[in-house]
Amino acid sequence: MSDLIPVRVAEIEQISSIIKQFTFVADEKPLPPFSAGSHVVVQMEGEGKRFRNAYSLISNPADSSHYRIAVRLQERSRGGSQFMHGEFRPGDRLFISPPANMFLPDWQARHHILIAGGIGITPFLSYGYELEQRQASFEVHYVYRNAETGAFREALTERFGNRLYCYSGERPDFYTLLGHQPLGTHVYVCGPEAMIQDVKATASALGWSPQRVHYEAFTAPQPGKPFVARLSRSQQDVAVAGDTPLLDALEAHGLEIPNMCRGGVCGQCKTSVVDGDIEHRDAFLDDQEKASQRCIMPCVSRSSSDYLVLDL
Amino acid sequence: MQLAPRDTQAFRGQFTYRNSPEAVSRFPFPFPEDDYMYSVNTEPHTLPGPKGSVYEHMLDIDEHYLCETAERAMVLEEDPARCLAMPHMEQACWDLLEFVMTHYAQDYPEHFSFTRQGDQYEWINRPLGIHQTFVMGDASTLPMPPMEFIGRQMQGDFALLDQRDADLFMDAGVITSPADWSLAFDAGMSFKQWHGPVPLAHEMGIFDRVLKYLCAIKVGSPIRRLNWTMTIHPRMDSSPETYHQWGADRTTITPENVGRDVFLRVELQTLVRMPRSHALFFGIRTYLISMDDLTTNKAWAKRLHRVLANLPEALVDYKGMTRYRDTVVEWLSEYDHELQPQT
Ligand code: FES
Repeated sequence: MSDLIPVRVAEIEQISSIIKQFTFVADEKPLPPFSAGSHVVVQMEGEGKRFRNAYSLISNPADSSHYRIAVRLQERSRGGSQFMHGEFRPGDRLFISPPANMFLPDWQARHHILIAGGIGITPFLSYGYELEQRQASFEVHYVYRNAETGAFREALTERFGNRLYCYSGERPDFYTLLGHQPLGTHVYVCGPEAMIQDVKATASALGWSPQRVHYEAFTAPQPGKPFVARLSRSQQDVAVAGDTPLLDALEAHGLEIPNMCRGGVCGQCKTSVVDGDIEHRDAFLDDQEKASQRCIMPCVSRSSSDYLVLDL
Repeated sequence: MQLAPRDTQAFRGQFTYRNSPEAVSRFPFPFPEDDYMYSVNTEPHTLPGPKGSVYEHMLDIDEHYLCETAERAMVLEEDPARCLAMPHMEQACWDLLEFVMTHYAQDYPEHFSFTRQGDQYEWINRPLGIHQTFVMGDASTLPMPPMEFIGRQMQGDFALLDQRDADLFMDAGVITSPADWSLAFDAGMSFKQWHGPVPLAHEMGIFDRVLKYLCAIKVGSPIRRLNWTMTIHPRMDSSPETYHQWGADRTTITPENVGRDVFLRVELQTLVRMPRSHALFFGIRTYLISMDDLTTNKAWAKRLHRVLANLPEALVDYKGMTRYRDTVVEWLSEYDHELQPQT
């Protein structure tokens, strides 16, 4: 990540007990403009440990004087979200990647249906600005467990009015929601894997072509058991702690591995495996590739054996 | 940089196009090896590139600026369909306008200026005598749609590719000097569809890899590659629509006119992510050099001789060189004595 952008934390806002919103401003040169659905990778320098997490930009794409992200505290991991919640203060300086986008609105669509699960609302916050500005036809379905995870509902009610549908502790009936939609409708889902699968299955049962179904699996890398990554070319061992993603461990060792989403989606970080058992957790490799046990997406996937020998 | 005067006969009619010695010396000669194979020869478009080279700036302008923009205007006059933007590309067109104005003004301040005061932007193009104030995003403040407005002032062609469904679609652009392809025909096509005709590349699985690579291009990390072909006369516009005007030229090559009439045609292709629309800018800057000029560089002459002599038949056909390749190879052999049998 040689092209990092230095930024300063301008503001931190507690949206609910588990969601904090961070506003970054430029520290040197102006922030580049971005498109709706973009994310940045935030780099955090912890005590002897570096975290890199991807977060959707939630601010208005028409205004790149600042970037804003929302971070949900992930109780189960001691990773970046804990660090963001606990360590950052206004005025702090840090580095972020330039914006990248894996989850674009399809501007040929005649109607857009946005479905968010919990913190999965974040990419749709930037979508909202852009859709409104283009006077596009859209509706937002916001599904959450309780007031803590559905923390954006009030702000969104104000913004979207009767285009917003909230579901607290319940699941919308996707069949009704997607049925009877005009042909040019596109659906976008961001939320837990099960919800994405549900929407995909429903759309396909209704005869929707896959081109009209867009999704972003926002799952952060989950912890696992510790293992050792053996670099076959340099004959070196890299210890990977249980709560450190393999990609982070390799980077900490000084390796530069192409990456973009850090969430198992974009395919950039694909790495060849020489030996060991892979626990695949990505959404990029196809079943055949996974079964071959010959490659791994180190941003999210791990090893279930003690050693994983990489072609690095 | 000194601009050659506007000349409507540079790329047609009298074909008065000439390269100065400086233009010859900065010509992007595309062959790093004696063999040519269709390959993914992309590299980061790291800026600034070597001083004076075609890679120095984001968008290269050279002495032919006035002739090329004049040629562009003539082609658009004859065939307005060379400029095309689908409605969903509106934002990408504004992205493009800002991108071009910003880089032209920053890199060629003697010719262009681009300033902002509040909502009002001011654009000055001195070589073309254009002075325009406008509001970004408000098409009613420009004399024509934003992409056409800036597209007519650009040296080189471009397309704007919309990214959908992990694929790229050619949904906008101004193409007045295509090397035997057509925007009107390719408009709306996906990446694989418009690359359909390139022989050998499909089997090599190149396209899947290239497509993934292109879709992942980030804001601020442009890439570039060179592409080449040969052409008869310095004719910029060799589109399928005008084939009747140029197709027959291929049969006119003799050992006597190779040096004057046969040109190496090199495209500097740049791919740049547009930040607001996420469209991909695909720039195609074309450079032409006659065999007479090219052979003033002995290393180039020798290398080109070997490349052409070794070129697989399928590629010779694809590049439309079947009728004259052998004549050119024979003519160039004079510069490559090591390949001659010893006498
Ligand atoms: S960084 Fe995108 S799949 Fe690993």
